[in-house]
Amino acid sequence: MKQQKKSCSPDGAGWIYSETIKDHFFHPRNILLDETGYKADGVGTVGSPECGDVMIAWIKVDKKTERIKECKWRTFGCASAIASASMMSVMATEKGGMDLKTAQTLKPQQIVERLGGLPDRKFHCSVLGHEALREAVEDYLNKNGK
Amino acid sequence: MKSKQVYLDNASTTPVDPRVLKAMLPYFKERYGNPSSLHALGRESKNAIETARKNIAKHIGAEPEEIIFTSGGTESDNLAMFGIARAYKEKGKHVIVSGIEHKAILDACKKLEKEGFEITYLDVDKKGLVSLEKLSLSLRRDTILVSIMYANNEIGTIQPIKEIAKIIQEFKTVRHCEESATRQSEKTNRLLRLPHNDRFNNNSLFPIFHTDACQAASALPIKAKELGADALTMSSSKIYGPKGIGCLYLNKKYSSTGSLQAKIEPIIFGGGQERGLRSGTENVAGIVGFSEALSISEKKRVSESKRLIKLRDYFLRRIQKEIDGVLVNGDIKQRLPNNINVSIKGVEGESLLLLLDRYGIYCSTGSACSSLDLSPSYVLLSIGLPLELAHCSVRFTLGRYTKKGDIDYTMKVLVESVKKIRGISSIK
Repeated sequence: MKQQKKSCSPDGAGWIYSETIKDHFFHPRNILLDETGYKADGVGTVGSPECGDVMIAWIKVDKKTERIKECKWRTFGCASAIASASMMSVMATEKGGMDLKTAQTLKPQQIVERLGGLPDRKFHCSVLGHEALREAVEDYLNKNGK
Repeated sequence: MKSKQVYLDNASTTPVDPRVLKAMLPYFKERYGNPSSLHALGRESKNAIETARKNIAKHIGAEPEEIIFTSGGTESDNLAMFGIARAYKEKGKHVIVSGIEHKAILDACKKLEKEGFEITYLDVDKKGLVSLEKLSLSLRRDTILVSIMYANNEIGTIQPIKEIAKIIQEFKTVRHCEESATRQSEKTNRLLRLPHNDRFNNNSLFPIFHTDACQAASALPIKAKELGADALTMSSSKIYGPKGIGCLYLNKKYSSTGSLQAKIEPIIFGGGQERGLRSGTENVAGIVGFSEALSISEKKRVSESKRLIKLRDYFLRRIQKEIDGVLVNGDIKQRLPNNINVSIKGVEGESLLLLLDRYGIYCSTGSACSSLDLSPSYVLLSIGLPLELAHCSVRFTLGRYTKKGDIDYTMKVLVESVKKIRGISSIK
């Protein structure tokens, strides 16, 4: 297997993505390959195929602590969209899980930061991650009458 | 999986043929004279570019003075558009191009619009072909220039250049007759001492027909006069020559003083090289390399095209057989021998490109995510491809060094990559 070692370069010279993005793109975390039988507490779908990005996020919520226990996803999109989704799912579930309020206010900049930056023109690709998460949290809240 | 490098992006650029490099090398260190210098070193360089010019002219079926060396395809296209339109604006301000021209043409058109020219953009059909009927209907008395590419860089569609040239030629003839008739009546008017205002007297010269042959060269016949083109763009970097060099063929009717009062306007000014049409010290090594590259590609053209068609069809058949949801973009028959452009449903192009890249397979995509302006390929949209499928497009362009083993390796990686991306894709 050939791995190219080139540094992140925002001007498009060399590989335009950071090592973290490449890692998450080549090895996406928390993918839900098949949702049949997966009992999600909340689901969020954002984007459109015409725009080139569609993301679905599924979450399971710990009813006692109101924290996200699991966050799964699938994305149609470019490498940065996939890496952003993957990173979002990691952030939502790390350290005992993100509380719902934080999840609702997660900003794309926070995801991009954790990815080690995105080339400027790719920034918009990271927008889906936090939106899908927010939709999923809202879906959970609606379903539970909150 | 065993690692390997497979370059399937030959429409973007080609590697320099070793024989070309060898021919160029002396012109960097030993024969570095400026062709404009009068001393022996300068004369040696001058000789080299004139020998190259003759050779290139021979292959294009032209005369040496009809070749203008430029920095490549973009500059040749720009020179054709601006040079012709600005020089002949007195004759009319209407220009016709196809909607799938290279940006070097389309962006020049935008600038010409700002300068007061009117541009007609001809639609293409689902296969990417220009309609001859629409072209006929678009020609007007004030049309001075028509530019339609020989073969498209993205989808490989080959335009019926000879038929296009024929339509333009017929229009020129009709126009000539009409205007001769007008002149006859003007003669009468003159006899009657009525004013006239006809500085030019050979109206059959318009419209000028330009074609961008950057992608076509090395695959299709490029004898300009046989094609019926008045002007033709060529680039060295697509035919295994160096980057940064190309030429514009321009029929001498439009570049020498001849019967015309004006000649095309240069876009670069300075020392008056290339008969004043393209100033700047000549790229001697580049010109020598370009000439050598063209000789090699012309010698190999017919046999190489046959080999590529076979190899491409093998590749395409396997893609269609081993991957479902594949749509071929562009025409199957009227297509460059080395071009494959497909949309693979649910598989975003940039993701696929980067997965293939990881295994040393290099291709390109019309997906928005790979472009600087974040919109998907205008060529794919022009042939009516829905946005969603344009994002899923991938282009493989084979070349002189592509072997069957490369295709087999690519197929193995491609099938796995498509499976992987579809697995994580939210649309099916």
